[in-house]
Amino acid sequence: MIKGSIVGLGVTPMGKIYGRRSVDFAAEAIALALEDAGLQKSDVDGLLINANIPQDMDPRTQMMLGFENLTLINVMNGYGSTAGAMMQYACMAIREGLANTVVLVYADAPLTPSRGAGASYSGPHRFPLGGMAGLKAHYGDFGANLGYAMAAQRHMHLYGTTEDHLGAIAVGQRKWAQMSPWAQMKAPMTMEDHHNSRWIAEPLRLFDCCLVSNGAVAVVVTSAERAQDLKQTPVNVLGYATCSPGDHLRTDRHPAVETGAKRSGEMAFQMAGITRDDIGTCQLYDCYTYTVLVTLEDYGFCEKGEGGPFVADGKLGPGGSLPTNTGGGQLSGYYMWAFTPLSEAVVQARGQGGARQVPKNDYVLVSGNGGILNFHSTMILSRHAS
Amino acid sequence: MTQKPIPIPDEISGPFFDGTRDGRLMLQHCFACDGWSFPVRERCPHCFAAPLQWRAASGKGTLYTFAIMHQVMNPGFAGATPYNVCQIDLAEGVRMISNVVGVPNADLRIGMDLEVMFDDVGDNVRVPKFRAVAGEKP
Repeated sequence: MIKGSIVGLGVTPMGKIYGRRSVDFAAEAIALALEDAGLQKSDVDGLLINANIPQDMDPRTQMMLGFENLTLINVMNGYGSTAGAMMQYACMAIREGLANTVVLVYADAPLTPSRGAGASYSGPHRFPLGGMAGLKAHYGDFGANLGYAMAAQRHMHLYGTTEDHLGAIAVGQRKWAQMSPWAQMKAPMTMEDHHNSRWIAEPLRLFDCCLVSNGAVAVVVTSAERAQDLKQTPVNVLGYATCSPGDHLRTDRHPAVETGAKRSGEMAFQMAGITRDDIGTCQLYDCYTYTVLVTLEDYGFCEKGEGGPFVADGKLGPGGSLPTNTGGGQLSGYYMWAFTPLSEAVVQARGQGGARQVPKNDYVLVSGNGGILNFHSTMILSRHAS
Repeated sequence: MTQKPIPIPDEISGPFFDGTRDGRLMLQHCFACDGWSFPVRERCPHCFAAPLQWRAASGKGTLYTFAIMHQVMNPGFAGATPYNVCQIDLAEGVRMISNVVGVPNADLRIGMDLEVMFDDVGDNVRVPKFRAVAGEKP
């Protein structure tokens, strides 16, 4: 059953675009998405906003953009998993008759000319000293890089995952990025380039880490019936689920290597009535190379622990058997949380990928992931009705 | 040189930092189910009972995982990189974030036996860190 249909996509220029606020990027992305759908601003009756780290996207965005009489509005936050939950809320509200045309948007503008990407993304406001949080600051446990590095290290210890395995993911995605007009990183990358990139937090190198981007992505969601009359081939949402494994500070829990992708993937596949074999392309949350590897395992594309050998032959890259993150992802494309995989999934499902279009695009698997592998979302998209 | 950030004990974390000052690793413990929690929880994460009591933990554990940080994200760490950040599985069942001291980064091994020590970091604050158990070959 179609849960809802994506009928518009807007992606702004991405990267080092200075002097603009998040809401300004949001406005541009929404305008592009409405134009793409053949809709007017006055058609919109729902606005769901993905919270960002600076928290400068709030419900007042409605007034700043001039939307009127919205019957659905909220700011949602499951960090990098949020897009999946936003899609659930939008589709359920549309089916309940609470709204008809819902805009989903993520916008951020952390980059400034005077600071590097890392410093831009985690400013001093992220280092509280009071109470137990002060311990983390004293230990030097800053930002997400360390958390994911520790997760990857655990996986390497348990299963023998190597730097070459992680590198294969980065190299493949860079090849895809070279074919995407929206991607920030176009320079060729070899395995040697990956291994020569500087350490960020061992075992993760610079080329294992996502970009930081100024920009915005918006999508327009409506009912399957209404979608038939609009400009684009509708991209139908056939399945969605979230699963948040929870606390990693207990010795009986291992979300670093066993993520919410497992349960949320099972639920989404069951809902869509398809299997992994039907998936032609994956658009997976890739804050780090390791996230892609562990997500593939938990979706069951290979056995637990075999993600490294599974990706080593380059099957995720152009010409491979499981084309993944075909816009370059967040490693080489642009960093818009789960709106990065969602946006590329819409392009691929429509068949608008140009040079990077995959031949088998009937069903597209999309993941979101937030925290240090604490939150997960899955979506299955298709131009088919089932 | 700027020093590393020093935690500022607050009302909730007071028993923890009082403990470290006395050379004890105080963690929250649930009398209802004998579960322990970290860093600070409002209720027992195992059985959801409240309130939790502060109790001295053994300070013994093993290295669950670690990473070596090369970025300087705070001026207090300008001369400190590369340094380790570790997750230590304590015998009580909680996983602590900390640093391992006295072991070169290259010699850290997941699974190695560790024990707590208390580092005087100034401002009358001592911070728990971990060292290899004597006799442990890294």
